[in-house]
Amino acid sequence: MGFLLSQALTALASASSLFLVAAGLTVIFGVTRVVNFAHGSLTMLGAYVAWTILRHLPRDPASFCLGVLATTLALAALGALLEMTLLRRIYRAPELFQLLATFGVVLMVQDATLHIWGPDDLSLPRPPWMRGFVTLLDQRFPQYDLYLIAAGPVVLALLWLVLNRTRWGRLVRAATQDREMVACLGVDQRVLFTTVFALGSALAGLAGALALPDGSANLGIDLSVVTEAFVVVVIGGLGSVPGAYLASLLIAGLQAVGIVVLPKITLVLVFLVMAAVLTVRPNGLLGRPVAAAAVLGAQPPVRPSSPALRWVGVVLLLLFVLAPLVAPSWILAIGTEAAVAVLFAASLHFMMGPGGMPSFGHAAWFGIGAYAAALSATVLAAPMPLALLLAPVAAGVIAGAFGAVVVRLSGIYLAMLTLAFAQIVWAIAFQSVGLTGGDNGILGVWPPGWVASPARFYWLTLALCAGGTLLLRRVLYAPLGYAIRATRDAPARADAIGLPSNAIRVVAVTVSGAAAGLAGAIFTFAHGSAFPTYVSIPRSVDALLMVLLGGVGTMTGPIIGALAYTGLSDLLLRATELWRFVLGAAIVALVLLFPAGLAGAFAGRHGDA
Amino acid sequence: MTVTRRALLAGTAATLAAPALVRAQGSGVLRVGEVNSYTAQPAFTLPYRNGWQLAVAQVNAAGGVLGRKLEVLSRDDAGQPQNATRLAGELLGDNHADLLAGGFLSNVGLALSDYALQNKALYVAGEPLADALVWEKGNPNTFRLRPDTYMQVAMLMQEAAKLPAKRWVTVAPNYEYGQSCVKWFKQMMAKVRPDVTVVAEQWPALGKLDAGPTVAALEQAKPEGIFNVLFGGDLTAFVRAANTRGLFEGRSVVSVLTGEPEYLDPLGDEAPEGWLVTGYPWDQLKTPDNTKFVEDYRAMFKEPPRMGSVVGYTLIHAIVAGVARAGATDLPALIKGFAGAQFDTPFGSANFRSIDHQSTLGAFVGSTALVGGKGAMKDWHYVDGATVMPTDDFVRNVRPA
Repeated sequence: MGFLLSQALTALASASSLFLVAAGLTVIFGVTRVVNFAHGSLTMLGAYVAWTILRHLPRDPASFCLGVLATTLALAALGALLEMTLLRRIYRAPELFQLLATFGVVLMVQDATLHIWGPDDLSLPRPPWMRGFVTLLDQRFPQYDLYLIAAGPVVLALLWLVLNRTRWGRLVRAATQDREMVACLGVDQRVLFTTVFALGSALAGLAGALALPDGSANLGIDLSVVTEAFVVVVIGGLGSVPGAYLASLLIAGLQAVGIVVLPKITLVLVFLVMAAVLTVRPNGLLGRPVAAAAVLGAQPPVRPSSPALRWVGVVLLLLFVLAPLVAPSWILAIGTEAAVAVLFAASLHFMMGPGGMPSFGHAAWFGIGAYAAALSATVLAAPMPLALLLAPVAAGVIAGAFGAVVVRLSGIYLAMLTLAFAQIVWAIAFQSVGLTGGDNGILGVWPPGWVASPARFYWLTLALCAGGTLLLRRVLYAPLGYAIRATRDAPARADAIGLPSNAIRVVAVTVSGAAAGLAGAIFTFAHGSAFPTYVSIPRSVDALLMVLLGGVGTMTGPIIGALAYTGLSDLLLRATELWRFVLGAAIVALVLLFPAGLAGAFAGRHGDA
Repeated sequence: MTVTRRALLAGTAATLAAPALVRAQGSGVLRVGEVNSYTAQPAFTLPYRNGWQLAVAQVNAAGGVLGRKLEVLSRDDAGQPQNATRLAGELLGDNHADLLAGGFLSNVGLALSDYALQNKALYVAGEPLADALVWEKGNPNTFRLRPDTYMQVAMLMQEAAKLPAKRWVTVAPNYEYGQSCVKWFKQMMAKVRPDVTVVAEQWPALGKLDAGPTVAALEQAKPEGIFNVLFGGDLTAFVRAANTRGLFEGRSVVSVLTGEPEYLDPLGDEAPEGWLVTGYPWDQLKTPDNTKFVEDYRAMFKEPPRMGSVVGYTLIHAIVAGVARAGATDLPALIKGFAGAQFDTPFGSANFRSIDHQSTLGAFVGSTALVGGKGAMKDWHYVDGATVMPTDDFVRNVRPA
C-alpha cells in the first residue's frame, strides 16, 4: 500500500517535470507552428545556466528560488534573441522547414555548451532541505519531489490565467486558431511571436533548472528531453496546454507501473502509448484537427526538369561513374555514402513531397532493409543479389502494412506515428539480442569477391542507387504519380473522380519504404554490418534534413540536398574539431539564404515560397 | 591554463587533419590510425586523447620505434560504427596507417575489429569492454587492452562472494554492456554462492533513467545486496534519489567502474560509502610507475588524470611494445609480435595473451569512502587481469578458430 502511494506520488513528480518541458514546446508550436527541435537544447542550457548561477548563491530555499527565476529570465531572453535573429526570417517558408533551422541550432548549442562548460557532468551539492524526506506509510518520499508535484499544476494554472485572463493571452489563443485572421485585425504578430517564443524558452529553462538538484547538467539532456517532450505534446494535442499535462500524467503513470511489471519496456513505452492514443484519437487527447495541408503548405505541381538541368544531371552522373579511375579510395567511400544518401532522401521525398505525408521515422524502412539484408546473408546464407532483392521486398511489405493502418492520419500526427514506429523497430533491433545481436549488431556481411574491390562495389552502389532514384522519378510522372499528387492536393476531388485515395497512399508508402529498404541493404554491404544506429532517430533526422535542405518542391531537391549534406558533414568532420558548430551554422545560413531549399533557389521559385 | 590546453589540442587537431603534411614526411614514420567518439563521448575521450598525446611525446623523445617516429592520425566517428569503418578505410587506404587503434563504444570496437579482419589490418582496441571482441567474435587481427565485462565482474566477485547478502537486485543500463555485466554477475554468483537469489532487475534506457520509480521498485524487492552497472549522468541521478529514499542503508552494494574518477567525481559529497567497486585511485597509488605518469600528465595538461588518460597512454605504449617485438609492420609479423608482447603501464607490467589477444591489464578493487567532501577509494588492491581470466578451455570453446 505504501509502495503504491509512493509510486503514485513519484509519477506525479515525473509528470510535472515532463509537463514543464512539454508546456513550452506546445505553447510555441500552437502559435508559431514551429516544430522547435531546439527545445531540448534550451532545457539543457537551463540546467547549465542554473548550475552556474546557483553555485554562487547560498543554499537556502529562497536563494534557490531566486536562482531558478534568474535562469528562467535568462532563457526567456535567449529565446527572444533566437526568435528575432533566426525564426522571424523564415516564417514564410514551408512550415516543416523551420525544423531544419532549429536543428542547426541544436548542433551549435551542443558544441558551444561543451566548450563553455566542458565535458564533465556538473552537479550541485544538495543542502539538507533538498535531501529531506517525509515518511508516508513506512515509505520514504523525497521532500523535493513534493515541491515538483506542486510545480506542474502551479505552472498549468498560471499559464491558464495568462492565456485566458489577459489581453495578450487572448491574442495568443486567437493566433493559435487562426493566425492570418489575427494579422488581418492589425495585431503586431512580430511582438506576439517573440513573446510566445520567450515564454516557451523560459519554461524550458525552468524545467532544466528544477531538474538539476535530482541529477546533473550534462551534454545528453538535449536529445533525451526533446523526443519525449514531442511525444507528450502530440499525445496531448498540439498547442493544448491542459492536454500536455494530461499526457504527462498518462506517461508518468504508465512508466511507474511499467518499471515494476516489465522493466525492459521503458525503452519504448512512451512510443507505444503515443501509437495507441493516436490510433484512437488522431488529434491527440485534447487537440483540434489541423488542416492536412498545414504541414507543408500547398505545393506547386512538380514539373519535368528543363533540358539544361537534365544535361547537368547526365554530366554529374558521368563524373560519378568515372570517379574510380582517378579518385583515391576515400572519395569512393564518400561517393558510396552519398549514393546511398541520394536514394534514401529520394525515397523520403517521394512520400513527403508528392505524397504529402511527412515522416519523422523514415529510418525504419532503411533499418528494416539493412537488417533484412544482414539476416538473409547470415542466417539464410543467401548470396548478395538475393539479399539485395529480399531487403526492399521486406521493407516494402512492412511499410505497406504500416501504411494501411495510418493513412487516415495526416500532417504532423502522421509524422509522429512514423517516429513511434521507427522507435519500435529500433527497440526490436536493440533488444532481440539473439536474432540481431542487439547493440553489437550483425557483423561480417561483406560483399562477395566479384564486387569486393572498392571501385566495383562503388559502381554497383551507383547503379542501384541512381537506378532506384530514376525509377522513383519515373513513377512520379506515370499515372500512379499523378494520382498520388491528386490525393495530396485535392483529396475530396480525387475521391469524387473515383480515385481510391487511401489505397493510393498505401502504395506510395510501400514504394517509398521499398526504396529506403534497398538503400539500407546497400549500406549494410558497404559497411559489412547492421547496427541499431541505422534505425535511430538521428538517421531519420538526416533524411529529413537532406530533403528539406534540397527543397521539397522538386525531384532534384532531395538529390542536391543529399549530396550537399553528405559532402558538407564529411568535409567538416575531417576539417575541424568544431564540426557540429560549423555544420549547424552552415545549415542556419542555408536556411536563411534559401528558404525554399537549394533546388528551389536554383529553380528561381523561392519568391513565392 | 585551460586556454593553452585547448590551443594545444586545436593545434594538434589541425596538424592531424592535414593529410598532405603527413604524406610529406615519407615512410620513416609509424602511423597509427586512431578512431574514437571524440564529440559523442567527450568525458572519456578528451582525457584519453591527453593520455595518448603524452605517450606519443615520450616515445618520440626516446627515439620512436624501430627507428621510426610514431605518429597518431586521429579521427572522430561521432559515436557511429558506420563512420568508424569508413574512417578506418580511409586511414588504411589513403593515409597509409600501419595499424588501427581506438574505440570507446563496444559496437564501434566490434565494427572496427570486423573491418580489420576483412581488410587484413591489425586493430588494437583500447576501451571497448564487450567480451565478444576477443571471444565469440574474436579474430586473429584484434587485440584489446582494457579488462572486459567478464573480468570486471570477476574482479568484484572475489570480494562480493564474501558478503552476507543473499537477496540481490540488479540495476543496469539496457544495452550490451549492462546486459553482459548482469549476466556474468548472476552466473558467477550462482557458482560460488548457491544460496543467493536475484529477486528483481531494473533495466533503464541508457541516459534516460527515471530515478524515483526505479529506486522505489528496487526498494520494494527488499534486497540485501544491490549490483549496479549504471554510470555517468544516470549514476548521479540514481545515487541522489537512492540517498534521499535510503535505498543503500544497511545494504551491500557492488558496482562496476564506479571507482574511476570520471564517474566518482561528479557524485561530489553524495558519493556513497562502502560500495565495492572497480576503479583507479590515481592520487593514492604511489608506485614509481604511477607517480611518474601522474607527474608527467599534470605537467603537460595541468589537470589530474582520469581512467581514460591511463587507457590512452597505455594503448600507445602497448602498440609500441608490440611493433618493437614484431620488428616489421606487415600483418603476420604484427600478429606474431603483439601476441605475448609485454608492456609497462601505470599499474605495472602487462601483456597480450596469445590465446585470445586480451591484455592482462587489471584494475583496482576497493570500497568507496567520503574524504573531504569527495568520493575516494579505500582499502583497495590491484587485481592483475591474468588472475581473473576463465580457463583456456572455456576461451577455446567460445572463440572461433
